[in-house]
Amino acid sequence: MSVIIPGEGVPSSGVRGGAAGGGVSGGGEALLRIRDLRKSYGGRVVLRSIDLDVSEHQVVCLIGGSGSGKSTLLRCVDLLDTVDDGTIHLGATELTDPRLDANAARRRIGVVFQSYNLFPHLSVLENVTLAPRKAHKVPRRDAEQRAMELLGRLGLAEKAREYPDRLSGGQQQRVAIARALATEPELLLLDEITAALDPELVGEVLDVVGDLKQRGMTILMATHEMGFARHAADRVCFLEDGVIREQGTAEQVLGDPQHPSTQRFLSRVLEHR
Amino acid sequence: MTENTTAATGPTTTDSDGYAPSAVRLDRERYRRGRRRRDGLIAIGCTVGFLVLVCVGLVSSPGWGRVHEYFLNGTEFRRYFGAILHGFWLNVQMFVGCEICILVLGLAFALVRTTTAPGLAPLRWSAMLYVDVFRGVPTLLLVFLVGFGLPALQLQGTPSSPVVLGCIALVLSYTAYVGEVFRAGLNSVHPAQRNAAKALGLSERQTLRHVILPQAVRNVVPPLLNDFISLQKDTALVAVLGPLEALRVAQINADYDFNYTPYLAAALLFILVTIPLTRYADWLQAKAVRRQWAETGGSGR
Repeated sequence: MSVIIPGEGVPSSGVRGGAAGGGVSGGGEALLRIRDLRKSYGGRVVLRSIDLDVSEHQVVCLIGGSGSGKSTLLRCVDLLDTVDDGTIHLGATELTDPRLDANAARRRIGVVFQSYNLFPHLSVLENVTLAPRKAHKVPRRDAEQRAMELLGRLGLAEKAREYPDRLSGGQQQRVAIARALATEPELLLLDEITAALDPELVGEVLDVVGDLKQRGMTILMATHEMGFARHAADRVCFLEDGVIREQGTAEQVLGDPQHPSTQRFLSRVLEHR
Repeated sequence: MTENTTAATGPTTTDSDGYAPSAVRLDRERYRRGRRRRDGLIAIGCTVGFLVLVCVGLVSSPGWGRVHEYFLNGTEFRRYFGAILHGFWLNVQMFVGCEICILVLGLAFALVRTTTAPGLAPLRWSAMLYVDVFRGVPTLLLVFLVGFGLPALQLQGTPSSPVVLGCIALVLSYTAYVGEVFRAGLNSVHPAQRNAAKALGLSERQTLRHVILPQAVRNVVPPLLNDFISLQKDTALVAVLGPLEALRVAQINADYDFNYTPYLAAALLFILVTIPLTRYADWLQAKAVRRQWAETGGSGR
């Protein structure tokens, strides 16, 4: 699919699946591989035949209206929901295997939710060091040193001893990102992390995500921030009714959408900008 | 089993969108079924083993013969059960009567304690003092004090029936507890709800009646049931004042021939009433947990 035809000057980059929703990259195993995924709640099918690859050091953005299945897809990858059918692989591990130790697998994945979900009874530092210390058995001193390093990078060093209720929404969300990163996950899942923030706080959180991309983090994120997706995403997937309608590079999907439903969605989203 | 054979022969069911389960899915489901069956067998095995151990331990204890004779005597049980059941009816009446009074008074106390009007300060302080005193005094002691002390005052119109006096003591004690439970419930409703109601132009009273109280009561039903299960048992404390309720009847008959089986009969009756109440409280609690999940758990989009 991503074949560069010699002689032609077209910089054909990335994968371009049409309405059929392909997305399997040609060479090299991707870090996260989702094949033929299906999930339903009760009788309602929320995801059907989802195929999606996220290669190492890639940022993949999921876009689509509410109810399109973005959050469900992320919940399935983090094993917060069991899938009906299909497989999800993280490296060599099949996450969808019921014989799998789900907790061990989750330790390899970091998640940040829309509502920050910080633990209100713990200080910022304790929030960030809880998982390394308890789930990964890292000694307190090491965990705190690493946490302070992370918090410093995210501009939160002086907030380490504060409690979450003393922080702004943007600061809380950055602490949540630090908490997810503290266990050094192979993959980071971000579920509309700026959707609950005041507009002037969105930037500081997205800057952090951009910085993570520079450092080579592998990220799968659901987002409504089209501007961010355009400049930061290696690949953009448009979901509708639980199906990937279109995916490709950000310029392709956001700049020159082919599928009519992608065009409709983008014109609705960008109308008021 | 039939489901196994279906699974082995491959996909059979199809959805409206032409979806058929893959071999991977069927294999996973087969594995999960196996796990469930194994878990079930372990649970049954452990339960049976535990029960056998308890029974063997009891029967093989040196005093088992005498315990069996004096506590588990079939003929004694049959002879007195009717009388004890008759006495138990009085317990049920006391329980229902007290419960109604306690609910009304407890809510009133909670409301008084959450008011903020400066003119009501004396009322607030006396409510606080009341809770402090009556939660601090053991219920049995309170039954004695009310049962023997109140008639001794020789006031006009003081009830003389030991049943009524016992119930007054129970109501005094439990109102203090239930009032605190209600107060916790009122405090558990998020302040934003009060603001939202005020913003709509509802008065203080309307806000309480239509917005705060319904949510508060729903939040405290499980702990309230817990208190009522306890009240149901504590009606037996009234026995010290003499009315012929279940425990008193059992006591009289046990003293008569030094066989304690009647006590066990009374215990059985109390258990028979509390078990359904407990299960109901469990069920309500499970429902509350599910509701909270629906509100915060990101029900999956």
